[in-house]
Amino acid sequence: MIVVDGLHKSFGRVSALDGVSFRAGDGRITGLLGPNGAGKSTTLRILYTVLKPDRGHAGIDGIDVVTDSLEARKRIGTLPHGAGLYPHLSARENIAYYARLYGIADDDVDERVARIIAELGIGEFADRRTRGFSQGQRTRVALARALVHGPQNVVLDEPSNGLDVMATRALRDLIRRLRDAGRCVLFSSHVMQEVAALCDEIVIIAGGRVVLHDNPDGIRRQTACDDLEEAFVKAIAHTGEL
Amino acid sequence: MRTLWIVFSKEVMDNFRDRRTLVSALLMGPLFGPILFAFIINLSLQQSLSNASEALQLPVVGREHAPNLMRYLHSQNIDVVDGPADRAAARLAVERGVHDVVVVVPEAFGGQLADMIPARIEVITDQANTTAEREARRATRALQAYQQELAGMRLAARGVNPAVIRPLNIDTVDVSTPSGRSAVLLGMLSYFFIFALLTGGMNLAIDATAGERERGSLEPLLCLPVSRDALIVGKILAACMFMALSLSLSLTSFFVTLKFVPLEKLGMTPNFGPAVVATGFLLLLPFALLGASLMTLVASFTRSYKEAQTWLSVVLLAPTLPILIVSILQLRPSTLLMLVPSLSQHLLLVGVIRNEPLDMLHVLVSVCGTLLLGGLLAWLCARLYRREGLLG
Repeated sequence: MIVVDGLHKSFGRVSALDGVSFRAGDGRITGLLGPNGAGKSTTLRILYTVLKPDRGHAGIDGIDVVTDSLEARKRIGTLPHGAGLYPHLSARENIAYYARLYGIADDDVDERVARIIAELGIGEFADRRTRGFSQGQRTRVALARALVHGPQNVVLDEPSNGLDVMATRALRDLIRRLRDAGRCVLFSSHVMQEVAALCDEIVIIAGGRVVLHDNPDGIRRQTACDDLEEAFVKAIAHTGEL
Repeated sequence: MRTLWIVFSKEVMDNFRDRRTLVSALLMGPLFGPILFAFIINLSLQQSLSNASEALQLPVVGREHAPNLMRYLHSQNIDVVDGPADRAAARLAVERGVHDVVVVVPEAFGGQLADMIPARIEVITDQANTTAEREARRATRALQAYQQELAGMRLAARGVNPAVIRPLNIDTVDVSTPSGRSAVLLGMLSYFFIFALLTGGMNLAIDATAGERERGSLEPLLCLPVSRDALIVGKILAACMFMALSLSLSLTSFFVTLKFVPLEKLGMTPNFGPAVVATGFLLLLPFALLGASLMTLVASFTRSYKEAQTWLSVVLLAPTLPILIVSILQLRPSTLLMLVPSLSQHLLLVGVIRNEPLDMLHVLVSVCGTLLLGGLLAWLCARLYRREGLLG
């Protein structure tokens, strides 16, 4: 479970987050939706502890990401924006490197890596060096790398960027499987269809604030729009973002 | 500790597969330097050896006016050849570089000599031309020797001992040993070794920050439940490993190339055996930590791989500075100088090549001083690695 409470963050004089609060529960897919520059990535980066909030708290399974960041990092698997791989290592080696750093015992690494490779359908290119992989292949390896330690919480920053139709479908299946296994999945996107197709809950962020937080139906109701895209535009309209 | 080892072994494996690192670590630094060095030394040795023994072809204008002088020059291993037609043509020939040096004997030469008037003779040369300078010096020296011989004969004819005009007998005694003389040449080597060492770890140092960032692999790496200190130290140690590898290859390759350099012909016995190679390796090894930390530190301020390479090529030159200053000031090794990295390694290595006993205090100060500074820089790297701004 991920709890975000009153996060503030500024870069110099630019305020990126201005009191973001929401909660993403276990066994649910929560979508963080917002226009470019709304603060989605900043929020996620605070969650996976590469940024520290100026004010406010964030917790992973009740563990504070600032005061106990090492412990918090153990409980999440992350796919940061544009996650890069090591081109001279094979897909399997890339995943195994992360598995070891996640603290999986040396004896278990091979088995765990093999399991996640099978789960994500990477087997076909698992032993090729990742130089020259397609975007879809890269994303799948990066995902496998993030999930190899079986984290309870999964944070994905715009995971479907640059993926083709088939790769996107595979990604959605995976996200649903994670949800069905009782995991807490939080992902950011600016693509309406994707959020609509997947999410149990939607958090709309604009101008560093949460403007709406509900399930898709609730959002349609609150904005009095049948179409989610219309609802989104309406929701962020009064923040001055558009 | 486990994290450190995981990062270290991954970096080593990764870089052994990277052609860019392999070329710079295993080829460029270690082979390029010594081979270039051996080539240059060989060339200059051949030049100086051949010049001394070869007869000088000296064009003389008006050789018929001084037949005795011509005979004397011939006895001094100088072959007199026909020069240009007249003095003006001789000037032109030297200006145009047709001849390096031309001697002009005026018609009045014989008469002036007979009348005891200082007889005018001209050596025409271009002093801005360094190869001409050597030949002009040889010609002038021969003329001066001839003058001294004439003066002696004149004095003897008047019953005066020629020694009267030679009150001093200057004799220079050279106490340099063959290995000492070669140390002058081989002293330049320490920089080649430091250069090889630094190039060996350069790509790894860049990769720790700028490389990972550019590839987009830094952010996921920092999301892992490991301390950033362990990450950066593991990377620095991997860079040290490659530097040590590059250093040992460069020492070995120099050991081999030196067998093809005829230093003995100049009365130099290169003291560069396996023992010196091993001692040199141990003396220079502490510099790897300093080099790796310094390069990682500099690279962490850059935005891209390219930018990092630009800055690190400046770092490659930095170790020459103390070596250069000290060789200009001609300072003797002292305990204080041993505190200066690169300089201390240079001085110790020159001592070893000179076959001088190692001053253990100097070694201790050099090793500890360099390691301490390296450790300090590594600590700074770790501090910087904890910054938020690291992600750029």
